Amino acid sequence: MEQIKNISRRGFLKGIGLASGGLILASTVYSFTSFDSEEEISSEFNPNLFVQLNADGTLILVASRSEMGQGVRTSLTSVIADEMEADWDKVMVKQATGDSKYGNQNTDGSKSVRLLFQKMRQMGATVKTVLITAAAKSWSVPAAECKAENHFIIHTSGKKIGFGDLVDLAKDLEVPEKVALKSPKDFKYIGKTLPSIDVVNLSNGSAVFGLDKRIPDMKYAAIKHCPVAHGTVKSFDKAAALKIQGVIEVVEVPKINKAFGPLGGIAVIATNTWAAFKGRDALAVEWENGTNASYNSENYMETITANVHKPGHVEKSVGSVDDAFSSANKSIEATYQLPHLAHAPMEVPNAVVSVSGDTCEVWAPVQSPQAARREVANFLNTDQSNVTINVTFLGGGFGRKAKPDFVVEATAISKAIGGPVQVVWSREDDIQHSYYHTVSAQYMKGALDSNGNVSGWLHRFAFPTIGSTFKAGSNLPQAWEARSAKDVPYDIPNMQIETGKADAHVRIGWLRSVINIPHGFAINVFADELAHEAGKDPLDFRLDLIGKDRLQETKDAYKYDTAKLKHVLKTAAKNAGYGKPLPEGHEIGLAVHYSFYSHIAAAVEVSVKDGQLKVHRVHMVVNCGTAINKDTIKAQMEGSVIFGMSLAFYGKITAKDGVIEQSNFHNYQMLRIKDAPEIHVEIVESNDKPTGVGEPGVPVIAPAIVNAIFKVTGKRYRSLPLSDHGLV
Amino acid sequence: MITLKINGKEHEVDVDPTMPLLWVIRDIIGYTGTKFGCGKGLCGACMVLMDGNAVNSCQMPVSAMEGKEIITIEGKTENLQALQKSWAEFNVPQCGFCQSGQLITATSMLNNNPNPSEAEINGNMSRNICRCGTYTRIKGAIKHCVEQKNKS
Repeated sequence: MEQIKNISRRGFLKGIGLASGGLILASTVYSFTSFDSEEEISSEFNPNLFVQLNADGTLILVASRSEMGQGVRTSLTSVIADEMEADWDKVMVKQATGDSKYGNQNTDGSKSVRLLFQKMRQMGATVKTVLITAAAKSWSVPAAECKAENHFIIHTSGKKIGFGDLVDLAKDLEVPEKVALKSPKDFKYIGKTLPSIDVVNLSNGSAVFGLDKRIPDMKYAAIKHCPVAHGTVKSFDKAAALKIQGVIEVVEVPKINKAFGPLGGIAVIATNTWAAFKGRDALAVEWENGTNASYNSENYMETITANVHKPGHVEKSVGSVDDAFSSANKSIEATYQLPHLAHAPMEVPNAVVSVSGDTCEVWAPVQSPQAARREVANFLNTDQSNVTINVTFLGGGFGRKAKPDFVVEATAISKAIGGPVQVVWSREDDIQHSYYHTVSAQYMKGALDSNGNVSGWLHRFAFPTIGSTFKAGSNLPQAWEARSAKDVPYDIPNMQIETGKADAHVRIGWLRSVINIPHGFAINVFADELAHEAGKDPLDFRLDLIGKDRLQETKDAYKYDTAKLKHVLKTAAKNAGYGKPLPEGHEIGLAVHYSFYSHIAAAVEVSVKDGQLKVHRVHMVVNCGTAINKDTIKAQMEGSVIFGMSLAFYGKITAKDGVIEQSNFHNYQMLRIKDAPEIHVEIVESNDKPTGVGEPGVPVIAPAIVNAIFKVTGKRYRSLPLSDHGLV
Repeated sequence: MITLKINGKEHEVDVDPTMPLLWVIRDIIGYTGTKFGCGKGLCGACMVLMDGNAVNSCQMPVSAMEGKEIITIEGKTENLQALQKSWAEFNVPQCGFCQSGQLITATSMLNNNPNPSEAEINGNMSRNICRCGTYTRIKGAIKHCVEQKNKS
């Protein structure tokens, strides 16, 4: 982090959207690294973290990360407010546009707080120090005699002055090079419960999502895409569409063969969304379906299952699994099969774009505004500085809105019609043309020694890789896609991790917790199967399997900690009353998983009555290091339980002749309130670095349910969803 | 011309009479608090009150709405406002996109049944989907709202 500077009287404000007049401190954060990193380190002062304090006391903080329900506009800003002793009621959050000066803005990977926590603290502490200096100067007293408290600077004599009244004095002060951070015991907002800064607007219809954006002369567009992924338009007849009342014109959207390129298709432009949808339905299009028309889910699952039933590419080998199996007292094997999933955020993909000459302005619900900016600029063959990406509220993202293909579609249409347009996907478009969560087959083999301990562990998996979306033809998992299997925190002397081939026939993308869904499922269910085979209690067995206290051997600054892992598992079991008498027919299943650097366990109480599954209670225990906003963490765990249950109960996307068979919420169902369990969340107290929260709660839910069902019924369900087994 | 009464105000619209109320509200009149979620009456994001009862506005042709009292999330009714207060106390929304529909369905339920049982809450509120999974808070907020109303 570069030194924080006072830019109140300097000309940096254009482009940030901050009005001049207040005290403005700025800094440059250079610590973003990720898959989608685009930052350039410049020798010029190019700030990306801003705090503006106005004379009326209002405090404007810039949120550079997208808000999609994970509470980032509240959690990150509360860190600055805490360190500067600000009054939370005076805080306003301004959403940043997409600009590489903000560092990486790709809101995925559960990393916002992890990346920015320390920087936000330093910024807040610096503003506070500047205000104390200003007050001390005006009173001619030593700064050491002054302190900040709830938006005031207070002198030991008792006199006080409001933050806003210090703005003029503070504007010309140099900022100190070093500032002291608060002791965690003095945190006022961090680690407490703060309501969302947006809760009122999100409850009265006034929050503007992408779908709600309206600009003058804006038209509406719906696009007919090829039913088969990567198919192309052969010919089309627009006559019937043009007869629909409200339809203005029909244009072809180009197909661009890039990861975030439009799929291509025929767009109907109209005076309202309904007419655009009707016009789209009336189009007659002949498609060239292409090679993916051969994609049939049943056959495909047989193919990848065969690929994991033969030796694969060795990703990791410790000791000798062959020796372990040949000397085993008992060996068991199991194959797990999980289908594709679609994100189905409640707000469908959409974007408002206005192309005008060389410039372009976008309003869209995007997780990665810089990727949107880059793709739009590339499409228009213009400099990124000519493209403005305004980030609206996101009506859910779950990874779908990190891929801005729909923004490029709107750009193409706006350019073609010479005016502003809103592209709106239907729910059918969303479910049938997604970047799907991968489909997977996993084969596991375990060896038990004469003491019932696991002496060998073979985990072999095949699934179409996200890499195939970026490089056509990729058919083996990328290194990071194998990590959650390779780094399984179990103490096993002989271990081998292998991958098998799997070709992609649809666009594959990341979905909330990504590859941890299949890996977390297979690992947790297989561990339970081994416990049963060993004749041991699943909890005791799992604690032994995790083994002695140790830290992960890695160069990464974050390491798994088996003591934390055992602690969350034991606590979840204890909170759920594991081992104590339960109502007749009820049982508790357990799962524990380390992902996004957080340690999380679930204990799930279920019953199966007349063949019907009921999930009664879920106890989640999370160790995510320092908790920033406890209510947000709790909400994310509650949401993870429901998300995990939706995929366990109903989640299944299938293809027949390349066409996705599901289309809307009747055949791609979501959990509803009647099936929502009681959810209890315990957050482990910790002063360690904060870790991920948005995603890591998901992977434990499905395996814990399956393990609980086994205890009730003696049946082991190795494939999802459970609706396929008639349980829901 | 079709005359609609929305949130106490009359609007004259000249549209295809088969156009669903949802799109008239959003694209013609311009209230965007009512959301599009599925277009098939499956998710409840587009709920509005029609004479006090929640209906999926994506399924209601605008021609059938003449003479009806329509209330959207931007409107004000005693039950809706009481629920919104409770929503804030429970910090219910995550992304917030489905919450207009959730609040309208809950308002409709309380309009018809001031003291819903757990099963009745489950039954009524299962018309709506929340993909973020705010169900436990929705339930808590409704129960709290009912308790507060019974106290006053």
